[in-house]
Amino acid sequence: MKRYIAKRLLLLIPIMLGASMLSYSILYLAPGDPAELMLERQLQGVPTQEQIEAFKEEHGLNAPIPIQFANWLYRILHGDFGISLRTEKPVLTEYLNRFPASLVLFLMSQTLSIAIAIPLGIISAVKHNSEIDHLSRFVAMIGVSVPNFWLGLLLILFFAVYLGWLPAFGYGGFAHLILPALALGVSGCASIMRLMRASLLDVLNQDYIRTARAKGLCERAIIVKHALKNALIPVVTVIGLHIGHLISGMVIIETIFAWPGVGRFLVESIHARDFPVIQGFVLLIAMIFVFSNLIVDISYTYLDPRIRYE
Amino acid sequence: MNDSIHQLKRDKMAMIGMMIIAILTFIAIFAPYLALYDPLEVNMADRLQMPNEKHPLGTDQLGRDLLSRLVYATHVSITAAALATFMIMTLGVTIGAIAGYFGGIVDQAIMRIVDVLLSFPSLILTIAIAGILGPSLIHLVIAMTATGWVGYSRIIRGSVLSIKEKEFIEGARALGFGNLYIITRHIIPNVISPVIVIATIDMGHIILSITGLSFLGLGAQPPTPEWGTMLNEGRPFMETAPHLMIFPGLMIMITVLAFNFLGDGLRDALDPRMREVMMK
Repeated sequence: MKRYIAKRLLLLIPIMLGASMLSYSILYLAPGDPAELMLERQLQGVPTQEQIEAFKEEHGLNAPIPIQFANWLYRILHGDFGISLRTEKPVLTEYLNRFPASLVLFLMSQTLSIAIAIPLGIISAVKHNSEIDHLSRFVAMIGVSVPNFWLGLLLILFFAVYLGWLPAFGYGGFAHLILPALALGVSGCASIMRLMRASLLDVLNQDYIRTARAKGLCERAIIVKHALKNALIPVVTVIGLHIGHLISGMVIIETIFAWPGVGRFLVESIHARDFPVIQGFVLLIAMIFVFSNLIVDISYTYLDPRIRYE
Repeated sequence: MNDSIHQLKRDKMAMIGMMIIAILTFIAIFAPYLALYDPLEVNMADRLQMPNEKHPLGTDQLGRDLLSRLVYATHVSITAAALATFMIMTLGVTIGAIAGYFGGIVDQAIMRIVDVLLSFPSLILTIAIAGILGPSLIHLVIAMTATGWVGYSRIIRGSVLSIKEKEFIEGARALGFGNLYIITRHIIPNVISPVIVIATIDMGHIILSITGLSFLGLGAQPPTPEWGTMLNEGRPFMETAPHLMIFPGLMIMITVLAFNFLGDGLRDALDPRMREVMMK
């Protein structure tokens, strides 16, 4: 186990190196000279040739691209992600200031969707082909198909504008969290529910469950003690896969709800062509993502002892 | 294969999905003949009207007929989604076939690139690339292609790895055919069908991405009618003219729902085969 974790951590090095290369190269995707583009934003006008040269000199943009990348990486390894052109604060500070708000939204959304999806999925499977099953499957199908940004707007319209029960946007107490967490979590919730149902149905058809029934165990004990443990394994896989979808969804949801998180700042920076922020944030988000995937993978081994990574 | 088609035909939801997709495709193709008004014609006197006899779904903040805009938006959104899916598929199949067929260092290099792309949450890189290229629908499709090919190439690579050792490939090689000929004539036709199924299942997801990023202002630009763009434009008028955000969203949901119905049906109908492919 320790060897597996060590191996996975070592494998992260080349992957993160590649990810940082990709994040840095974003700068050179822009049509035109990046220095000119950045200066245009900063000065709110067309920069002169001297200004461009001075800017390039200051930011080391005259060196060959591999050298620029090496310098950038060297600074990043020392915790320096550069300065935002828009706010003129360090990129890392901007990220760390916004990370807690995003994390809270993420956790709330994830908890909410798991807490709704798993019991519903179990009921749906146990009461297979009943009215409840049909209804919850239908709702789940809508849930995976509804665009989260539209759902967010509908929630605002209904609960904030018409009913006035909850605040429409902004950051504050628990009440501010409910609508964005719902809008963000619905699609994940629906697919977890669908999978929980399918997986439990699959397990309930297996021989060892028939044995458990034959020896006279009550249905409740069969489901809770025997079926659920195995049925949960693919569900955990999907919860892991959904981390990526959630992070992606947060970019949109945070923008709609004016949530002061990482995603909204990234979108604003993209519109403002704030290159240091885009490069830094993309890399930092990838880092968080890669680590959370690692944690999910490791947690499988505890859940399913049949899985052995050697 | 016939069994699968038979089973698909009996799947009511899948057939409903297929019907909706057929209707949407019809609307997308014949948009200019179906729209009652010019979707770009501004008429400030009639702005922000609720649905009425003259304008069945009302008008927007510039007095443009909402129904006509939705009809044209169907054309824009569906075409963009189809183009994105086609490009992602083509790139994914090409790269996957190259990796699987040549193996060795080429395969290693491609798989490392795949690993790196998978270390980003799906949309984050797409958003960054689309934004940097400059907001436009075609740039969005390019950005989605640049990040979306990964899944397809992994599947194709697996299939190619198993098929390239078969006798008929060896036979083709013995007859002196070149690599390009063998890949395009013998390998790809044999591995393509699961990819087309996956593309159908994926279509709903692609539409959500395109409309979502357009909603963020990184796709189709106003005044182009596009579902996501229209939703974003209608947002400030949410309280006084809720129809501006309800109808475009409804269109997105119905389209995605239709593709998901069909995708689910396809998955069920082809399950044993799909499972075999997915396991590789």
